[in-house]
Amino acid sequence: MHQASPSLAHQFEDAAQQKEASILGMWAFLATELMFFGGALTAFVIYRSFYSVDFAEASREHMNIPLGTANTAILLCSSLTVAMGVHFAKHGERRKLILMLLATIGLAIAFLCVKATEYYLEYRHELVPGVNFRYPPPHDAQPERLTASPPHVELFFSFYFFLTGLHALHMIIGVGIFAFITFRAWRGRFTAEYYNPVEVSGLYWHFVDLVWIFLFPLLYLLH
Amino acid sequence: MSTVSYQPALEPRESYINIAYTVKSWLFTLDHKRIAILYLIAITVFFFIGGVFATLIRLELMTPEGDLVSDDTYNKLFTLHGVVMIFFFLIPSIPATMGNFVLPLMLGARDLAFPRLNLLSWYIFMIGGTLSLTAAITGGVDTGWTFYTPYSSVFSNSRVVLTVLGVFVTGFSSILTGLNFVITIHTMRAPGLTWSRLPLFVWAMYATSVIMLLGTPVVAIAVALVGAERIFHLGIFNPALGGDPVLFQHLFWFYSHPAVYIMILPAMGVISEVVTCFSRKNIFGYAFIAASSLAIAFIGFLVWGHHMFVSTQSIYGGMIFSFLSYMVAIPSAIKVFNWTATLYKGSISFHAPMLYAGGFIGLFTMGGLTGLFLAALGVDVHVHHTYFIVAHFHYIMVGGAVMAYMAAIHYWWPKITGRLYTEWLARISAVIIFLGFNLTFFPQFLLGYLGMPRRYHVYPPEFQVLNVMSTAGASILAVGYVIPLIYLTWSLWHGKAAGPNPWKATGLEWQTPSPPPTNNFEEIPVVTGPPYQYHLEEVPFAPSKSEPGAPV
Repeated sequence: MHQASPSLAHQFEDAAQQKEASILGMWAFLATELMFFGGALTAFVIYRSFYSVDFAEASREHMNIPLGTANTAILLCSSLTVAMGVHFAKHGERRKLILMLLATIGLAIAFLCVKATEYYLEYRHELVPGVNFRYPPPHDAQPERLTASPPHVELFFSFYFFLTGLHALHMIIGVGIFAFITFRAWRGRFTAEYYNPVEVSGLYWHFVDLVWIFLFPLLYLLH
Repeated sequence: MSTVSYQPALEPRESYINIAYTVKSWLFTLDHKRIAILYLIAITVFFFIGGVFATLIRLELMTPEGDLVSDDTYNKLFTLHGVVMIFFFLIPSIPATMGNFVLPLMLGARDLAFPRLNLLSWYIFMIGGTLSLTAAITGGVDTGWTFYTPYSSVFSNSRVVLTVLGVFVTGFSSILTGLNFVITIHTMRAPGLTWSRLPLFVWAMYATSVIMLLGTPVVAIAVALVGAERIFHLGIFNPALGGDPVLFQHLFWFYSHPAVYIMILPAMGVISEVVTCFSRKNIFGYAFIAASSLAIAFIGFLVWGHHMFVSTQSIYGGMIFSFLSYMVAIPSAIKVFNWTATLYKGSISFHAPMLYAGGFIGLFTMGGLTGLFLAALGVDVHVHHTYFIVAHFHYIMVGGAVMAYMAAIHYWWPKITGRLYTEWLARISAVIIFLGFNLTFFPQFLLGYLGMPRRYHVYPPEFQVLNVMSTAGASILAVGYVIPLIYLTWSLWHGKAAGPNPWKATGLEWQTPSPPPTNNFEEIPVVTGPPYQYHLEEVPFAPSKSEPGAPV
């Protein structure tokens, strides 16, 4: 029927229609994601206002700002490498595209490692709700400065693990997507005319980045 | 699956059905029409499972004593009835079956924008359904379909986690279907098919899909938090640990009220198609009907608080939500008045789809008007948690959504299968359903107004007469639902060939042979005018020449 390039799916009339559909599709999906994180963030913000003093103490005393800042920097760099990857894909520069995609995957894994370190430290301090939560932490040097109500701090940490865990899950999915995209780029599937998957997964990655830009101040910096 | 073969009189022609007969060709199909059939089979099964739970509830309520089932079992019955009917029948009903089948045809497209995603959404739906049914079989769940905390998260000792996991998973199928429809409507319209020429069913599906996209993730996060709370013993919604149970209700109803519009908006779209076709008249107030679908979707997001008038919500919050709930009546009434005006001086014929459509208009109006009673703060406090509300939402859900679903099946059945069903049987069962429905649910308005609370398996003896009437109605209703199952199945082998356009309807879906070929159209049609040109002497869309023997 269609005498078009093999990258054109049968349901589309031409490449422009296919591109419009895939990019609009990702934006619609991101709208869904926005509501997904939005629901959880709303719940967090409500409790933040209910128990503002206790949440402030939990954040001030137990969030690791250096590691969180490092992760923010790593993630912003990965957004840059993705954007450059899309740029190179648009100009058909396959080698540079693959390089940028690999850099993105590397930065994403670095982020996840830092996050895992943070989780481990919180586990060591017995701050993981449902696993070993005790407050004030038994090994704390100056427990007398910790005056917040333990259930409220536990609530903070419930949301902390829920939100960052959900974000980390999106990162892991992103690594999987980029691994697949890198493989396809290596096989030479993308051209200057057809690089929709690169652009669309780039949109997804920027969104995941943006979620962290909201999580970082809400959880780490809001004292 | 080799259900339809052509009668010898007809020239054999390749259609989406006879192109391949293997099980594999169905389970790995990317064709929106085949995926629609997969959905149709799945949700029919869910409908009858939900119906069995309903039957047991009605049997228990025949007598004031709790003699058929225990109180625990009764709790599980009404919970599972709600979960199955809402999440696994009503929400996917019209969109996933009729929408999937007809939408690309109406747009003059070869398929949805993302066929793989479409198949994926069916598998996700089946996984979600299996999870929830497993929960039902291995012990059931007794929280009510609303999963209110802290009962669901702390106290209930039934299979809550598995059930909400099923609901969570199914939500993604709904999101993906909605996404697919929105993108398809935006990007896949045939040449000349401008927004103002779209069939009203497409407008309704568009509004529905937007709700699916923006509402479903919120209930997903709400039930995910319930699951996390239950598994890790967190305090997110547990007041003993500083959590707020009403917050769950906010998150839950933020989706679940708009979900009502996920069920009713596609139904309204179907009615717009059917009423204009069987009145042989252009639809009255096209732009208003289209815009009112979007208005319902928009206002629908702002009314969730009317479920919480008695749940510690502030009186000012209650007043605002009450006012906004009244606002929904405006676009709903616009639709009803426009359908009525379309009927006025039309050449009305009472084929089965039209009988269902007529039933819809009447029953939806009653359901909508009693909705206004409930939106009024003072009255709501009186009838809250009584059978009045049960009757109200069954008038919308069963009298509205299911009636329209039946109208849709009968209207598009010839297109889907290429066969005509037995018309007189279809008309009789439409009448039986209408009568059975009213006998089942009208007494429940009275029961509720007299003060019978919902969710109890015993009740004072003075309510028995009305309850017996309701149970009698339910058995009539059950007969009404079984008859179509029989004659529709029968028609697959023995029905007369339908031809491309048995109703002489406008709309691109009638311009291609029945059943349509895999690619939908031999040539992508070009649209030159608005829809519903029934007032012109001849339908502007001539049936395709490729199929001989089109019946008169």
